[in-house]
Formats: sequence, structure tokens, C-alpha cells
Amino acid sequence: MNILNLENREMIATREAYGRVLVELGKRYRDLVVLDADLSKSTKTSEFAKHYPERFFNMGIAEQNLMGTAAGFALAGKIPCASTFAVFAVGRAFDQVRNSIAYPALNVKIVASHAGITVGEDGASHQSVEDISLMRSLPNMTVIVPADATETARAVEAAVEYRGPVYIRLGRPAVPVLFGADYEFRIGRAAVLREGEDAVIFATGIMVYESLKAAVLLAEEGTETAVVNVSTIKPLDEQTVINWARKAGAVVTAEEHSIYGGLGSAVAEVLGENCPVPLERVGIRDRFGESGSPDKLLEAFGLTAPHIAQAVRRVRGRRAAGVR
Amino acid sequence: MAAAQEELLWHLEEKARRIRIDIIRMLAEAGSGHPGGSLSGVEIVTALFFHVLRLRPEEPEWPERDRFILSKGHAAPLLYAALAERGFFPREELLTLRKLGSRLQGHPVRNKAPGVEASTGSLGQGLSVGLGIALAGRLDRRDYRVYVLLGDGESEEGQVWEAAMAAAHYRAGNLTAILDFNGLQIDGRIQEVMSPLPLPDKWEAFGWAVREVDGHDFRELLEAFEWAKGVHDRPSMIIARTVKGKGVSFMEDVADWHGKAPSREQAEQALGELSGV
Repeated sequence: MNILNLENREMIATREAYGRVLVELGKRYRDLVVLDADLSKSTKTSEFAKHYPERFFNMGIAEQNLMGTAAGFALAGKIPCASTFAVFAVGRAFDQVRNSIAYPALNVKIVASHAGITVGEDGASHQSVEDISLMRSLPNMTVIVPADATETARAVEAAVEYRGPVYIRLGRPAVPVLFGADYEFRIGRAAVLREGEDAVIFATGIMVYESLKAAVLLAEEGTETAVVNVSTIKPLDEQTVINWARKAGAVVTAEEHSIYGGLGSAVAEVLGENCPVPLERVGIRDRFGESGSPDKLLEAFGLTAPHIAQAVRRVRGRRAAGVR
Repeated sequence: MAAAQEELLWHLEEKARRIRIDIIRMLAEAGSGHPGGSLSGVEIVTALFFHVLRLRPEEPEWPERDRFILSKGHAAPLLYAALAERGFFPREELLTLRKLGSRLQGHPVRNKAPGVEASTGSLGQGLSVGLGIALAGRLDRRDYRVYVLLGDGESEEGQVWEAAMAAAHYRAGNLTAILDFNGLQIDGRIQEVMSPLPLPDKWEAFGWAVREVDGHDFRELLEAFEWAKGVHDRPSMIIARTVKGKGVSFMEDVADWHGKAPSREQAEQALGELSGV
């Protein structure tokens, strides 16, 4: 699949897509229940609440109980979607997610919005930049980071069909819609969006769009860069990562998350064990977020297309110099 | 009727005695574990498993069963002993407690030993899980009830009160919690470490129906469980006053026996006392 035109795309927030698909899934899955922690208007579960009030449970500002109650619903055969901001779902209720949900491998879907620094003006207290890392470290947990609204809808649907704990990471701002109605999503499969043999970018979430733009910038210089959408961080599509790392010989990862423990770490682990090649990680470098508009923050934290393109140039330089 | 009641009480006393003996045997064999809070809850759990709970040991996942969740998961030996006595798995397996490969992990795990409803051990989580099952049961129009055994020290966890608030908010009349009120936690008396008192007032203020009983008196326990079944508009709490280490003279009301296994000699003495030798 080659995404040619990146301009003038429709803009939809992934959380909006979640709200819409929940309503649709609520019709098909009678066992679907949705829980929220007083943020239903922000996470968009309020849409589900309107359609299926008897299957919506607002648990108030109490995330630990939110996760525990979701575990109970799963034990009784329900398919609970527990939603709140990523920083609370993962941080505040980590022990509940670990012991009540992941350990017994319960069928709970944790769909967290407002991940990453693009929460914006609320600042670091509300910007989750370590959630992928924490969720990835839990046995039994599947971790999905959709790149756009279309993929969000497919991922939520796939998660509801899948049996076991799943973490889905969504964002606050509207982001470009990359995929059309024919888009296919499978848990655990990374998708090559653009081919190229000079370098490969493994990107996740909103950084997929930025990486595609970076590839356009690089193509103008004659560098053909592959872009792979790694929407399932765990289980990672190791074969696709290895194949493309071998083919391109120079790897960049891009994520709106700490470089520690997220996609960059996951790819580094696979490459280190299988096919060491030069790697550069674009992500948040061991710091907390801060207040600002999402666009300004992405720029200030080095997470835009020009930064990714620069990382590709650096990694190609290292490769040419024989540095690993 | 009176004779039947007497027979039931005698039967429960005998079960409780066997469960206490099994707890001591298990802990002595394991060489580690939690006798104090296991022994304090024996009558509560015995009353549940041998009179109150609707269960099918041969069909542990029977959808209509009542659920019991041991939120104070460190009392796992108590739960395992009751499950074995009730026929969920062979009693010999009790001696595998805490050993590598055993289904009887140091703290209960869902999907390992049959009859264990939830993974617990990190304190404060069981009531939330029980609430989820209770709400799901109501959605499905099933009439099972959910029972959650909490510790008094455990009540220091904030999540307990989140769950207490939510259960009352959703009027979970099919949810009953039992508080094993033995007054001790690892570091000493609960009043001295971090007092959660007054407990009855707190639970009432959170919107629960509350009753206090002697947690070693089967008459009072059975009556309280009957009472709880009759409370439909809100969750019910049975505060059971107990003695930590109950039944073993040198363990009774001693905080130090919270998480320490008896030596071989101590176990022999304990078993002697429990067998009435």
C-alpha cells in the first residue's frame, strides 16, 4: 500500500472514532459493557451511554475501582471496555490492571484516551508518555496504538472479538485519516505503508502520519524510505521488523512516547537479538511533557516530520560509516 | 427444627475444626504463609462454604453459582482448605501449597485451583471485582449472590472505599461483604498502625446495611447471612469480630503470627490443641 497524497485529509480524533464504533459494537455484542471514570464526554463513551444506558457504568473519579469492577464484569462473561485518560488508566490503576486483570488474563479492554503530549495545554500531569512501556511489560497484555480513526474503529472491533486483556491507546486532538473503508486490521500485524530500500521507519500512532511526510521529504533528496505502521506494539510483528530492517539496513522508530520501553525499545530488542543494524529512536527523551498547543509541543519535543527525516539521515550516515 | 439446627451447628463446628487442622498442616509443610488471618476467618468461610453458598464443586464454573472472593488473599490456606473440604480438589493437594508448580499459589489465582473466583493478594482489590460480578449478574437477571471477605487492615486501602461508594451508588443488593475484624495487622494493632475505625459507622455512612456479629459464633453468622439475603436495595456488610490466630493458644491475638509458619514442634502443639488431645 502506498499512501500518495498526504494533504487535505479529513481530520478525526481517534477517541471520536472510538465513541462511534462503540455504539455500533453495542448493537452486535449484547455482552459489551462500558465503564468510565467521570470522563465520558472526553473519552467519548458518552455516545454509548446515550444508546445503552443500562450497559454503561460511570464509576466516578475512582480508577482503581474502575479497573477492578471491569475485572468482575469479565469474570461474569461480559466484555467490559474500561475508559479514562491513559495517564490514570495505566498510572493510577497499574496495580489493579496488573493483578485483577492481566494476571488472570481477563477479557477486559482498556481503551485509554488523551495519551502522549498532544493532550496539550493540561501539561505533564495529564500527558502519558510511559503507558506503552508499562502495559507492554505485563504478561498477557496486548498493546495497540492506532494511527488514525479508521484503524481505531477496526482495532476496537478486533479487541472486542479477541479474548483476553487489551490496551488501546488513543489521543485527544483530531488527526488525519490515513486509511479508507477497505483497510484491514489484524492484531499483531504491522503494515507496510510505503516501500523503500534506503531506510525504514517503524512508526506508531500519530507518528505514522509524520513518518509518511518525512518519507516524502527524503524522497525529494533521492532517499527511498519504507514506512511501517506498527499498530500492535505487543505482540510485536517481529518478522516484519526483521525483514524490513535487513532489507533497508538502517532503522528509525517514531512514537509519541518515551524512548524508554515503548516501540523504540521493542524494535531495539528484536534487532539486537536478530539482526543488529544502526537504529535511531525518535520519541520523548527522558523528560516529562509540558503545557502548550499540540503542534508546538510536537515541534518542541522533536516529533515532527523534519525531525524524523533528520533521524533517517543520521542513521544512514552511521550505516555508511560502518557504525553500529 | 431445633434438632436440625443443632445438627447443622455441630456439622459446621466439625468442618471448622478440620479446616483449622488443614491450615496448620499446610503452613507447616510449606514453611511459610499466613496463619493468623487464616484462622480468624475459619467460621466465616465455613458457614459460607457449608451452608450459605449455592455451589456445584463438580461444576466449578456453573453460571448460577454464588461467588466468594477472598479479598484478603494472604488467607489463601483458609480458602484452599475450605475448597478441598467441599470437594473442589483432593485434600492431599493442600500439602503442595506454595511449592513450585502447585495450583495452590501463595495467594489465590483465578484459573488455577478450581473454585478460586478471582486473583487476589494485592490488598483492596476484591470488593471491586465482586461489585463487577454483582452488577453483571443483575444485568443478566441471574439471582446469584456475591460474597467478599475483607480484612480490617485491608480497609486502609483507598480502593475499598471507592468500591464501597460505587456499590451503594449502584444499589448492589446482591453483594455482601464480610469484614474479618481481628484488630491486628502485620505491624501491630490496627488502631496503632493506621486506624480504619470506627468501621460500622464508616460503612453505614457509605450507604451499606451493616450488622455486627461474633465471627466465631455460627448462630450469629448464619443469622447475619440470612439477614443479608433480605437486604435488596443496597449492599450489606457483616462485621465479624474475630480473634487472629483463633484456636491455637500461642497464636491467638499475636500480630507476629500474621505471616509466619509454625515450626514442626509448634505445629504439633497446634494440631494437638485443635484435635482436642
